[in-house]
Amino acid sequence: MSNQLISGWGRYPVVDAEIAVPARFENIDLTALNSIARGMGRSYGDSALATQIISTQQLDNLIAFNGQSGELRCAGGTTLEEILKVFVPRGWFLSVTPGTKFVSVGGAIASDVHGKNHHKIGSFCDHVTSIELLIGSGEMVSCSPQQNSDLFRATCGGMGLTGIIVSATIKLLPIQSTTIRQQTLKAANLKEVFQLFEANRSATYSVAWIDCLASGNALGRSLLYLGEHDESGTLDMQSGHSKSIPFDMPTTLLNRFTIQAFNTLYYHKVCETVSQQQVHYEPYFYPLDSIHHWNRLYGRRGFLQYQFVLPKTAGLEGMTKILQRISASKKGSFLAVLKELGAQNKNLLSFPIEGYTLALDFKWEPDLLQLLNELDQIVLEYGGRIYLTKDARMSEATFKQSYPSWEQFMEIRHKYGATEHFNSLQSERLGL
Amino acid sequence: MSKNILIIGATSAIARATARIYAQAGGNNLFLVARNKVQLDRNCADLQVRGAASVHTETLDLNQFEQHGPLIDKVFDVMGRVDIVLIAHGTLPDQNECAADVEKTLAELNTNAISIISLLTHLANRMEQQRFGTIAVISSVAGDRGRQSNYIYGAAKGMVSVFMQGLRNRLFKSGVNVLTIKPGFVDTPMTKEFDKGLLWVKPDAIARGIIKAINKRKGEVYLPGFWALIMFIIRSIPEMIFKRLSL
Ligand SMILES: Cc1cc2nc3c(=O)[nH]c(=O)nc-3n(C[C@H](O)[C@H](O)[C@H](O)COP(=O)(O)OP(=O)(O)OC[C@H]3O[C@@H](n4cnc5c(N)ncnc54)[C@H](O)[C@@H]3O)c2cc1C
Ligand SMILES: NC(=O)c1ccc[n+]([C@@H]2O[C@H](COP(=O)([O-])OP(=O)(O)OC[C@H]3O[C@@H](n4cnc5c(N)ncnc54)[C@H](OP(=O)(O)O)[C@@H]3O)[C@@H](O)[C@H]2O)c1
Repeated sequence: MSNQLISGWGRYPVVDAEIAVPARFENIDLTALNSIARGMGRSYGDSALATQIISTQQLDNLIAFNGQSGELRCAGGTTLEEILKVFVPRGWFLSVTPGTKFVSVGGAIASDVHGKNHHKIGSFCDHVTSIELLIGSGEMVSCSPQQNSDLFRATCGGMGLTGIIVSATIKLLPIQSTTIRQQTLKAANLKEVFQLFEANRSATYSVAWIDCLASGNALGRSLLYLGEHDESGTLDMQSGHSKSIPFDMPTTLLNRFTIQAFNTLYYHKVCETVSQQQVHYEPYFYPLDSIHHWNRLYGRRGFLQYQFVLPKTAGLEGMTKILQRISASKKGSFLAVLKELGAQNKNLLSFPIEGYTLALDFKWEPDLLQLLNELDQIVLEYGGRIYLTKDARMSEATFKQSYPSWEQFMEIRHKYGATEHFNSLQSERLGL
Repeated sequence: MSKNILIIGATSAIARATARIYAQAGGNNLFLVARNKVQLDRNCADLQVRGAASVHTETLDLNQFEQHGPLIDKVFDVMGRVDIVLIAHGTLPDQNECAADVEKTLAELNTNAISIISLLTHLANRMEQQRFGTIAVISSVAGDRGRQSNYIYGAAKGMVSVFMQGLRNRLFKSGVNVLTIKPGFVDTPMTKEFDKGLLWVKPDAIARGIIKAINKRKGEVYLPGFWALIMFIIRSIPEMIFKRLSL
């Protein structure tokens, strides 16, 4: 055990924590601890932070693979990167992947992460067939949609608050090649991009990059990327060197003008309104993974990612209101990603509800929190919610209003002895 | 080409990372020896899923020297031939405890030096008859020069390194390569109490270095490579000065 200053991916907030890195789960003594599990620390805020942390980094063994069904059983600390490395050459891919492969299976389950195919096949946990959980009493409990289903529904999307995911069985997706047929569509404004999402509902993957600084008629100007797994081609992994941001960048480098210039260039990089490309899955799914520590771009004080979803009914009107507010604030966002989400699943705290989700980064500034509180009000007004795995600051009231199953979640937490043993800075802030 | 690989101390973080690369390459046969059966079985399953052609395991506390002969016989019975041997087990003793306790000192020397020399004695004779293959052992930069902070560990590693030099010399004419691996600071369970700075690397980086050195039939390798320079400097300091340093 060693003490260390630690934060989430957004590098805000920072805590002084005692971090245990057990080499095998038998070494985890939960009875004496009030702690939280941590995988790869790719959640942005304070969900994997506490004064006592149990890192799963060394609990990363593969357990069994069924080549017929594509079911893989592996330890909770196994990274998606490792799974891809082993299984892509054999013709298997992840059913659902977030925008980085540097996350653990435990983290992906705890956040019930979604990918660019949520509208088609749901979120990560919709492809999890069972979980082995180490609960507060020190016992191992299996849960699945059939067995201890209350625990399963609370653990999927439960932000580590029910116990430690020691292993899980996930279903992989068969692929013929590592090539993605990408189609890029240009949308002049928000209305157009919504129409394009609707018209392309049958696409396997879809995601749009919005230029948040465009305003007026161009508000919501974006590029929509559609993707399909190609049937022809090879199963080669991409080789190539990754770059790294070696130290914190001076934050003056990231200001309204540089971001505006970047966004404008980005938008005009694509000339035609519709274009086709064949790309490797790496740049398609993980565009930022080739630059290690890219979070240092935002400087020493870190940044916040704000991701919310608005239900379909609120669609254009709510999103317009929020984009206008952001555009007026002149606070730049380097990345603004818009995505259509499909139907909600049964997991108690999972983020996705049917509608549109937008994710934006904000450099940390003293007056940022006030802007985000204002945005919260608009999100609530339209019946939306904020993604827990990105959050570092929402209020207890906002959370409880937008996640109505929180009480049921608390009951399950209590039933399985988690309340005294698993707590994060986030759960304390949200009154969980 | 498919290889037969024996890994002793297979639950070590460095050994595990090395075994994974060999398994993932596909087609290789692995024979793993370690004392913790649960963890050994876990590693075995992991390597099978990753693509090893076969994985055999044997549970043994390596301080049971009398079992070494039968163990090596069994390995050759099961695998027929052995292309690569990697010996990785070890402990990092508390120097102050050792200084205060002879029993403890001798026990540490047993684990980190004598057990390895015993295993190597059995193995060397088989490999010499076989006339091909590589014997690789994880020693340490700590074996290059004694320092007050860990000279029991250092003495054990130094003994292993010198033994390996002699063995390399002897087996050269039989075509068997003898590789001494000298890692610097590696972030593994052995070093979990240490604060990690810039010089620290992950086991995976060491594993890749080990495999590269085996493929190139090197005799000795510092991992990462810059430790060759650091240790050159440390070895060059005159004893008159060295004895006054607080290292
Ligand atoms: C560049 C980037 C792109 C991203 N894109 C997406 C995206 O497209 N879609 C999306 O949904 N998310 C996305 N994310 C968020 C990320 O997928 C989630 O935050 C994910 O949970 C991170 O996994 P982790 O292993 O790093 O978990 P951590 O950040 O370490 O932990 C996250 C939560 O999981 C819990 N947890 C971790 N391991 C365990 C375990 N073994 N048992 C129990 N609980 C555990 C922690 O307690 C914590 O509450 C992105 C993040 C980044 C940095
Ligand atoms: N980490 C470093 O910085 C570093 C630097 C230089 C050299 N090295 C050397 O690298 C090698 C591997 O160490 P590591 O860093 O990977 O540490 P590790 O993960 O702690 O591995 C050490 C292994 O040795 C095993 N072992 C110890 N005594 C044993 C015995 N009597 N019988 C059977 N197995 C025994 C342990 O088994 P259990 O798991 O059952 O305890 C453990 O698996 C060691 O020789 C070490 O000295 C390490």
